Amino acid sequence: MKVAALTAANHPIRKWRKFKESAIEAALFLAAASSVFVIFGIIFILVSESLPFFGHVSLVEFLTETEWSPLFENPRYGILPLLSGTLVSTMIAISVAIPMGTIIASYLSEYANEKAREILKPVLELLAAVPTVVYGYFALLFVTPLLKTFLPELSGFNILSAGLVMGVMIVPYISSLSEDAMRAVPNHLREGSYAMGASKFQTIFRVVIPASFSGMTSAYILGISRALGETMVVTVAAGLQPRMAWDPTQPAATITAYIVQVSLGDLPHGSIGYQSIYVAGLTLLVITLSFNVIGLFLRKRFQESEN
Amino acid sequence: MMTTSTLDSTASSALAARPNGPSPSQELRAEVRNLSFFYATGNKVLNSVSLPIYENKVTALIGPSGCGKTTLLRCFNRMHDLYGKNRYDGEILLFPEGKNLLGDDIDPMEVRMRIGMVFQKPNPFPKSIFENVAYGLRVRGVRKKSFIQERVEWSLRHAGLWKEVKDRLTDLATSLSGGQQQRLCIARALATEPEILLLDEPTSALDPISTGHIEELVTELKKDVTIVMVTHNMHQASRCSDYTAFMYLGDLIEYNHSTEIFTNPRDKRTESYITGRFG
Amino acid sequence: MADAEQTNDPTKSKVGESILTDLVLSSIRVRKWIDFAFMVVGLLALLFSLITLLALILDLVRTGGPRVSWDFFTSFPSRKAMKAGILSAWVGSLCVMAVTSLCAIPLGIAAGLYLEEYSKKNWITTFIELNIVNLAGVPSITFGLMALGIFVYGLGMGQSILTAGLTLGLLVLPIVIVTTREAIRSVPNSIREASFALGSSKWQMVRHHILPYSSGGILTGVIISLSRAIGETAPLITIGALTFIAFLPPSPVNETFPFVNFQWLTEPFTVLPIQMFNWVSRPEKEFHVNAAATGLILLMMTLVMNGIAIYIRYRFRRKLKW
Repeated sequence: MKVAALTAANHPIRKWRKFKESAIEAALFLAAASSVFVIFGIIFILVSESLPFFGHVSLVEFLTETEWSPLFENPRYGILPLLSGTLVSTMIAISVAIPMGTIIASYLSEYANEKAREILKPVLELLAAVPTVVYGYFALLFVTPLLKTFLPELSGFNILSAGLVMGVMIVPYISSLSEDAMRAVPNHLREGSYAMGASKFQTIFRVVIPASFSGMTSAYILGISRALGETMVVTVAAGLQPRMAWDPTQPAATITAYIVQVSLGDLPHGSIGYQSIYVAGLTLLVITLSFNVIGLFLRKRFQESEN
Repeated sequence: MMTTSTLDSTASSALAARPNGPSPSQELRAEVRNLSFFYATGNKVLNSVSLPIYENKVTALIGPSGCGKTTLLRCFNRMHDLYGKNRYDGEILLFPEGKNLLGDDIDPMEVRMRIGMVFQKPNPFPKSIFENVAYGLRVRGVRKKSFIQERVEWSLRHAGLWKEVKDRLTDLATSLSGGQQQRLCIARALATEPEILLLDEPTSALDPISTGHIEELVTELKKDVTIVMVTHNMHQASRCSDYTAFMYLGDLIEYNHSTEIFTNPRDKRTESYITGRFG
Repeated sequence: MADAEQTNDPTKSKVGESILTDLVLSSIRVRKWIDFAFMVVGLLALLFSLITLLALILDLVRTGGPRVSWDFFTSFPSRKAMKAGILSAWVGSLCVMAVTSLCAIPLGIAAGLYLEEYSKKNWITTFIELNIVNLAGVPSITFGLMALGIFVYGLGMGQSILTAGLTLGLLVLPIVIVTTREAIRSVPNSIREASFALGSSKWQMVRHHILPYSSGGILTGVIISLSRAIGETAPLITIGALTFIAFLPPSPVNETFPFVNFQWLTEPFTVLPIQMFNWVSRPEKEFHVNAAATGLILLMMTLVMNGIAIYIRYRFRRKLKW
C-alpha cells in the first residue's frame, strides 16, 4: 500500500484535515464553556431580578427586620426568619450526617473488608438516590408520628423531623467522599502508626483522618451545601410559616420552602412577590457559594501544607 | 528550528564528519543531523546527535537508563508533539525525498503513517484481534473488505502469529498472552507497510521464550522494513542488529557495525557499558 | 534502657523485667476495647442508615402498594382520591426526561471530552473546571429560578415541557461531565499513543478508542444523572409546572406529512414527583395513599436505574483490563 507522501503545509488535504480537527475542538470547547454560561446566567438573573426589590426595601431592613410577609397587606421584608429556618434545619441535618458519615467512612475504610465495602458502599449510596419528595413524605407521615411518641408536644409540621431526615439523606455524600479520601492515605502512614504500638482507633483519629483532611473537608462542605439547598423535605414536612425558628419542634419555613410556596401560586411577572423569590434565591446562592469557596480555600491550604 | 543544509545533501557528508563510522555501502533511509531535544521544562536530553539509518537494516540504540535513547526513538515519529511544548533542534531527514520530518511544516500524522512504532509494554486495543491489525488501514480510509482481510492475514503471518490466532480473530486482543500481544502490536504496525519500524524495548515486558520469538521476528522483518530499536539488553543488540549506536547522557558516543561495537569498541565508555561496568 | 540499668534508678525497670508494666498492659486492654467499641458504633451507624432506607421502602409499600394498579397508571388526577391516577404525570416525566437526555448527554460528554483530551493547562481551563465544581454545589432550586427568568420569560418558552427538560438537563450536566471525565481518565495513555503511532488524527483517536472504551463509565453517569433528574421537584415547581393536568400532550408522531410534530414540547405538563407533592400536601388521608403509591413507583424507578448503573460499572471494570 502506497502511503501518502509528506505534504506541504498549504496542501488542500492538510487544510481540510486541520479545519475539521479544529472545528471539532471548537465545538467541544463550547460544550465545556456552557457550564460558565449557566453559572453566569444564574448569577445574572438572580441579581437583575433582585435589584428592583432593593428599590422598595432597604438592605438594612432586609437584614434586620424579623418578619417576612411580602404577600400580606402589610408586607414586611426581613430575611431573618427564613434564614433561621434554613440554618436550624441545616444544623440538625449536619449534626446527624457529619458524625454518622465520618464513622461510617472510618468503618468502611479501616474495618470492613474489600467484599463488604463493594456491597455496602453502593447500597448506602442509594440513600442519596431516593427522590427528595419521597423523603418529605417519609418525614411528614412516618418520622413525625414516630417522634410524637417520645415528644408529645411536637407539632405536626416541624423542623426537627425534616432536619433529621435530611441528615440521613446526606450521610452517603459525606461517607462516600470521606471514605475515598481516607483510602487514598498511603498505607505506610498507617504502618508507621501501628509500628509505634498505636491502636486502630488511635491510628484512625491521629493519622488517617488528619492526613485526609482536605478530602473530608470537601465532603463536609458538600453535605452542608446539600442541606442548605434542600427544598422538598422542608417544604412538605416543616410547614410553611416564616418565623424565627429557634424551637425545632415547631413549624418554620426555609428560604427554599418559601420559593416553592410562592411559585405554587399564580405570580405576575415583575410583582414584588416575584422579585422576593429572586431575593431569597440570591441569599441562598450567596451562602452556598461562600461555603464552597471556603471549602476550596481550605483544601488548597491543606494540599499545600501536605506537599 | 534549524534548517542548515539543503535537502539534496547525501549520506556521505554526514558520515564524513564521523571518521569511525562504517563505510556507506547501503542506501540511506533516514538521517539524524545535529538533533538536540528539549522537554517543555527546558531539560535538554539530546545533545546534537547525528546518525544514519540504513535501508533494510536493524539499527540498535543502547545505553544506560536516562541516556536519551527512547527520547531519540520517539523523535522519529514525532511522539513528543503529543505533550506540551517540547522542542526539537536539528533535523531528521526522511529519504527518498530527503525532507526534514521534524520541520514545522510537516504534519506529524503523515510522519506516523510512514513510520510505525511498537512500544515497551504491549498495548493492544481492547478490540478484536482482527480489528487491531486492521486499525491502521481504517485510519487511512481503506474500506475494501477483501483488501483488509488480505492485509490482516499477511501482517499476522509476518509477525509469526497467524497460526496461533487464525481461528480466533474475533476474540478480544487483550485475551492473548503478553508475547502474543506484542507480536500483535508488531502485526498492527506492519499492516500499513511502514518504511521504518521503531521498536522501543519491545521485549522488556516479556518472558525469555517470547523474547526469543520477537528477536527471530526482527531478523526476519528487516527484509521488508528498516528497523530502529531501543534495547536494554546488549545480547539482544548484538544478536539482532546490524548497526549499534551507544548513547550516554544525551550524547551519541559511538556508532558502528554491531560486530565492531561489541568486539572492538573504540570509546572507553562504550567498553565499560558493554562489559557491564555500569548501566 | 541501658542508662536506666546503670544509674540504678528505682523508678526505671531492672534487668530482665518486662517493660510491659501493668499500667501499659491495662492501657492496651482499654485501647483494644475502644477499637472494638468503635467498630460496633460504625456498624450501628451503617445499620441505622440502612434500616432507615428499609423503613422508608416498607412504609411506602404498606401504604401505597395496594393502590398500585393498572387503573392507577391509566387515570388522570381527580378530585376523588380513589379515582385519581398518574397518567399525565408519568407521560409528563417521560417527555421531560427525553428533553433532558437530549440536552445533558451530548453537552456533558462533549464537555468531559474537551476537558480530558483537548484542554491545555491555562487559566481558561482552570476557570471552567472551577465553574463546574461550583455548578455542582448550586442548590437545585436556583436552577429553577434561572429557568423562570431566562427560559420562561426571557426567551418566551413558557411553562412547557421544553423549559422543564432544559432546566433539568443543565441541573444534571455537572454529574455527566464529572463521570465522563472519570471514565475517560481510566483509559491508559498507552492506548492513545498506540493510536497516534498508527497515524490517526486526534478525533479518530477519540472516536475509535476513548469513547468506546469509556462508554461503560459514561453510561453509568448518564443513568445516575437521569435518575437524579426524574426525582427532581423543586426547580420544576419554580418554573410553574402545574399540579393538576387532565390531558396528555399531543403525540409526537402524525399520520400525515411531515409525520413528526414538536407541539408536545410547548405543552404544559406535570411530572411524577410534583403529582406526589400535590397529594402529600393535601390534608385528606386518602390522598396520602395516592402519594405513597406514586412515591413507591418513583422510588422503584430510581432504585432500578441506580441498580443498572452499579451493574454496568461493575461489569465494565471486570471486562476491561489494561
